[in-house]
Amino acid sequence: MEIPKSFLGYKRENGRAGTRNHVIILPVDDISNACAEAVANNIKGTMALPHSYGRLQFGADLDLHFRTMIGTGSNPNVAAVIVIGIEPKWTKKIVDGIAKTGKPVEGFHIERTGDIGTAMKASKKAQEFVMWASEKQREECPMSDLWISVKCGESDTTSGLAANPTVGNLMDKLEPMGVHLCFGETSELTGAEKVCATRGATKEASDKFMKTWNDYNDFILKEATDDLSDSQPTAGNIAGGLTTIEEKAFGNFQKIGNCKFIDVLEPAEEPKKGKGLYFMDTSSAAAECVTLQAAAGFNIHLFPTGQGNIVGNPIEPVVKLTANPLTVKGMGEHIDCDVSKILTREMNMSQAGDELIKITLRVANGRLTCAEALGHKEFVMTKLYRSA
Amino acid sequence: MATDIIIHDKKDNVGVVVIEKITPKQDCDCWIMEDDSSTKIQSVDEIQLGHKIAMTDLNEGDTILKYGHDIGKVVKSIKKGEHVHVHNVKTKKW
Repeated sequence: MEIPKSFLGYKRENGRAGTRNHVIILPVDDISNACAEAVANNIKGTMALPHSYGRLQFGADLDLHFRTMIGTGSNPNVAAVIVIGIEPKWTKKIVDGIAKTGKPVEGFHIERTGDIGTAMKASKKAQEFVMWASEKQREECPMSDLWISVKCGESDTTSGLAANPTVGNLMDKLEPMGVHLCFGETSELTGAEKVCATRGATKEASDKFMKTWNDYNDFILKEATDDLSDSQPTAGNIAGGLTTIEEKAFGNFQKIGNCKFIDVLEPAEEPKKGKGLYFMDTSSAAAECVTLQAAAGFNIHLFPTGQGNIVGNPIEPVVKLTANPLTVKGMGEHIDCDVSKILTREMNMSQAGDELIKITLRVANGRLTCAEALGHKEFVMTKLYRSA
Repeated sequence: MATDIIIHDKKDNVGVVVIEKITPKQDCDCWIMEDDSSTKIQSVDEIQLGHKIAMTDLNEGDTILKYGHDIGKVVKSIKKGEHVHVHNVKTKKW
């Protein structure tokens, strides 16, 4: 198949391109969710992103909170942002961070005004933003404007046999076109970590990966009262035939094809070394991982599943694929791309990769994903440790 | 062309069932992805889609190879054609 050279995206002020054109109402903290949701309810076409944190966090955990908030607002799939927090200082910090992209952003704080007064002021600005954004048109953008993140979930042996290598095939074909790529899931590389480390493009990248994985493993050994046998593999993984974390890890790892990673990112860290594949230190919990990748600026996500994970994200469209025919049959409304014919040998890996490229581009051009149509907007902040 | 079991790598001692299930004493066609070759095996157990079958006899302490890599150890001996899963294989990590 000849791979298209472009897609239709929304060009942003900072030179990036979006596959979506959202106007979001971003609460700084948990107690500002109600006001943010009130604004989104008032002004049609906007979307609130409620979450559970943002108070009394400190140190690296607070840094991650700000990085995730600012990164989410800065993502090119977002046209404009209203930020609402309880107090002015942290609200302003997030507004200033997002403003660096050049996109419209305005902050409101609730103290001394209350939810109702704040919602009124913020709604007026949100209406202005959404009507402005509604006139934006999709334009032809080079493939290199695609930033593709990947993460698998509810994996079974069909994931490692077919769905994950299909993503790997797509990576092998799109990497030379200059796209940014990102995989994560530090915990689910356990058992394959040494093989994964050999896939660093430089010794520096390999060493950084091993340090990240070792830090994670030390944390598990320190915190765990038991081993992770009860959660890795999950009950769903085991039902699907996966026996050990090592088996799951080697299956997981098929997603990067033959690509080499050029750098290792902190959670929600924006890649700075240009085109190519990055590894990000993330949890393997689906919503947490995708939320971090979206906050790093990735604008379309590929999600291979075996038993049928149903996750979505509010700003980054999540394209699902599976090779498990029972999943296609039982919960087809969640599956954007069916590659089960690989198992019956009616389709080879290259054909499956081409199918995935086709659907990825249709989604990049505006086709809703199954998760979007079904209303999946899981926005889950990663918390590193308890608050003060 | 159709296959009942897929094996990732020539070195692997397990294969994955890719039809809805195989039944005891079924003669199964296996496809080895690495070099596009074929082999056959007779099953002992009923094995569901996605679950693994032993391609050789395996003793306690043996290493299970899949993707050509170590994915765990045998904790209860396994006969060729039997179901390989959490009842007879454990991680080496924990």
